Amino acid sequence: MAYACLAIDALATLGDPTRRSLFERLAERPAAVGELAAQMPISRPAVSQHLAVLKRAGLVTETAQGTRRIYRVDPRGIGAMRDWLDSHWAQALASFAAFADDQGEEAE
Amino acid sequence: MSLAPVIHTVDVKTSPARTFELFTKHMSRWWPAGKTIAKKPRVEIVLEPRVEGRWFERDAEGGETQWGKVLIFDPPGRLVLGWQLNSQWSYDPDFLTEVELTFTHLESGGTRVRLEHRNLERFGADAEKIAGQIGTGWPAILNEFGTYAGVSANGGETK
Repeated sequence: MAYACLAIDALATLGDPTRRSLFERLAERPAAVGELAAQMPISRPAVSQHLAVLKRAGLVTETAQGTRRIYRVDPRGIGAMRDWLDSHWAQALASFAAFADDQGEEAE
Repeated sequence: MSLAPVIHTVDVKTSPARTFELFTKHMSRWWPAGKTIAKKPRVEIVLEPRVEGRWFERDAEGGETQWGKVLIFDPPGRLVLGWQLNSQWSYDPDFLTEVELTFTHLESGGTRVRLEHRNLERFGADAEKIAGQIGTGWPAILNEFGTYAGVSANGGETK
């Protein structure tokens, strides 16, 4: 199993407030599309679309329960953490380099 | 199964000794600020400059959130930090991944900073361990995710 396949871009995925809100609700408890749509100011198809994005990112997973599909957070999606760390450290080192170059040799 | 480490390098103009000092002593000043969660006051980042020194952030009220600890403190060339935020983004003294930094002198007079964050597969093992506990840790992860990712949150419910 390749974690890389699961790890699309958790950062971008959760950067969308609606997806973030959906993920937050699913983190509290698994739910069906209808339940989520009822709690949010967006249509059911819109909820489904956002869930599909979260699913592709490996952040949520779905299971069938009768005719309903229940969504829940996917712990395996943690592979996305590597992507997050990768972009985090790239950003952190760039930020550090700018700081160090700005400070110079003996500013103190 | 092992996950490839995250590796990045960057060149700076300062000497290795100065670079090491700036990196370790002034983390608050260069760590990407991002937009922290609105309710959370601005944080300070502290790295105690010794082996077994703590690595943590401090909020405006003085509350400390541990990140990890110093494993090797060997100026000016090498620093190894233990990143102890687990897959739930909470500090776990029994969880550790290594972040190694090397500071190498460049002919130009500057320094090459190389960072390697390894043992990432431990996040996966940890995630499997908590797989049965869904619902207990995820809100915490999410908050941390938001904080670190610089995503502004509209204050989700907290327990």
